[in-house]
Amino acid sequence: MSESIYYFLQQIANGLTIGSTYALIAIGYTMVYGIIGMINFAHGEVYMIGTYVAFIALAGLSMLGIDNPFLLIGIALAVSIVVASAYGFSIERVAYRPLRSSKRLIALISAIGMSIFLQNYIRLAQGSRDIAMPSMIKGGFLFGSPEGSHIMISYMQVIIMVTTVLCMVGLTLFITRSRMGRACRACAQDIGMTNLLGINSNNVIAVTFIIGASLAAVAGMLLGLYYGVVNPYIGFIAGLKAFTAAVLGGIGSIPGAMLGGLILGVSESLTGGYLTAEYKDVVAFSLLILILLFMPQGILGKPEVEKI
Amino acid sequence: MLRLDNIHTHYGPIEALKGVSLNIDKGEIVTLIGANGAGKTTLLMTVCGEPRASSGTVTWKGNDITQKETSEIMRTGLAVVPEGRRVFSGMTVEENLAMGGFFNYTNYDERLAHVLELFPRLKERYSQRAGTMSGGEQQMLAIGRAMMSNPELLILDEPSLGLAPIIINQIFEIIDQLRKEGTTIFLVEQNANQALRLADRGYVIEHGHIVLEDTGDNLLVNEDVRKAYLGG
Repeated sequence: MSESIYYFLQQIANGLTIGSTYALIAIGYTMVYGIIGMINFAHGEVYMIGTYVAFIALAGLSMLGIDNPFLLIGIALAVSIVVASAYGFSIERVAYRPLRSSKRLIALISAIGMSIFLQNYIRLAQGSRDIAMPSMIKGGFLFGSPEGSHIMISYMQVIIMVTTVLCMVGLTLFITRSRMGRACRACAQDIGMTNLLGINSNNVIAVTFIIGASLAAVAGMLLGLYYGVVNPYIGFIAGLKAFTAAVLGGIGSIPGAMLGGLILGVSESLTGGYLTAEYKDVVAFSLLILILLFMPQGILGKPEVEKI
Repeated sequence: MLRLDNIHTHYGPIEALKGVSLNIDKGEIVTLIGANGAGKTTLLMTVCGEPRASSGTVTWKGNDITQKETSEIMRTGLAVVPEGRRVFSGMTVEENLAMGGFFNYTNYDERLAHVLELFPRLKERYSQRAGTMSGGEQQMLAIGRAMMSNPELLILDEPSLGLAPIIINQIFEIIDQLRKEGTTIFLVEQNANQALRLADRGYVIEHGHIVLEDTGDNLLVNEDVRKAYLGG
């Protein structure tokens, strides 16, 4: 195989890695939108907090003398999920639930306010400079000849993709098979009717926020280990990207969020590989604008139907 | 069993119910008839707490439920088949019925079997998506879903709306059957003729006021009711 094909495949692999994490974050946007019809703009900050918590947990555990990387990552992931879920739950409780019956714009402003608050709170608590983490998992799989043309897929990339697939399978099973997942779908379709069946929709909404936050924490931990740095501003851009992915796939659709994340990741990676890395964000947001102009319902979304 | 005292309900500045009082006893079929916009649906939904009454009291089995949350009210033995059915169209018949029995685990399988016995059509369509079914089948599903919670009082809002006469007859037969099994029924109908024949008692609502209350048979022969609702 020629050099150029290896190069292309390498970009695809890198794109799928990043895209997986966009997909994980995008699910939080899309599920919340599907049920209460609002964009949770503080979701990116939950992802950022998830990364910080994972870093702190990793540092703490290392100090305790645990040096098995899988044990470290496993415990840190669990801590990160629990703390981020608590944030997701509290954000809904404090900033959105009291505004449930008010106009959408008001809830949106509250979301943006919550986002600014969280970002600055972490800045005060953790400082605004980058915090670095030495890479814990080194090495990878090499395809092709080590001296000549080859593709390198690091173990970390494999972990990211495998974890994402596991999360997606788990989420899909939860949504389609479990009692609570069924209630989530019922709420997404007709929240008033769900209440009329004696199901407290507030609990279902809280569950949605917790799931979204957990997946964001998984993404935060994975991307944190992949890049090795965290600062209080990563949530903003990651949030925008994941939001783009959710819109691209069709907001409100869970498979759409997965697909949108992967498409966005791959197109960014190809831009970085063939044009320049500086244009990555330009391509990502151009994609958002094009989708909004020509296909506002997204790839897998249903067109808004006026209920009669 | 259910008692409304001087209920006023508002939609923003509009007063849809202007002091409504009525009561339903255990085992009865009570029907509420009235023209479009008279406040029939508002009255039913006020019982469910959505919208909430602005004044007056709703008493259910001796408890004041006027200010309770809808989901809380609906767990106390009330079930509703709302206007427009509102089945979950993206979910299968099986899943829709499961939503109806969501909070009530006891004897789930028996209740499911009973609902499928009442509506053999639902059994045939068991794993079909509700949105792909006919209006009559969706209405049966909506009633079946409500029955899954094993309610003491079943509230039905225009179950015959938009259905073929033969299906309407089936629906009314089912309602009669449910009453025989001990479910109390509160029925709102445009189809006043059929509703009054089935009902023990009826109320007539006009512009947010109850203007008449009598037995079903008496209302059927009442001159004013005949003129206004039974086509002379």
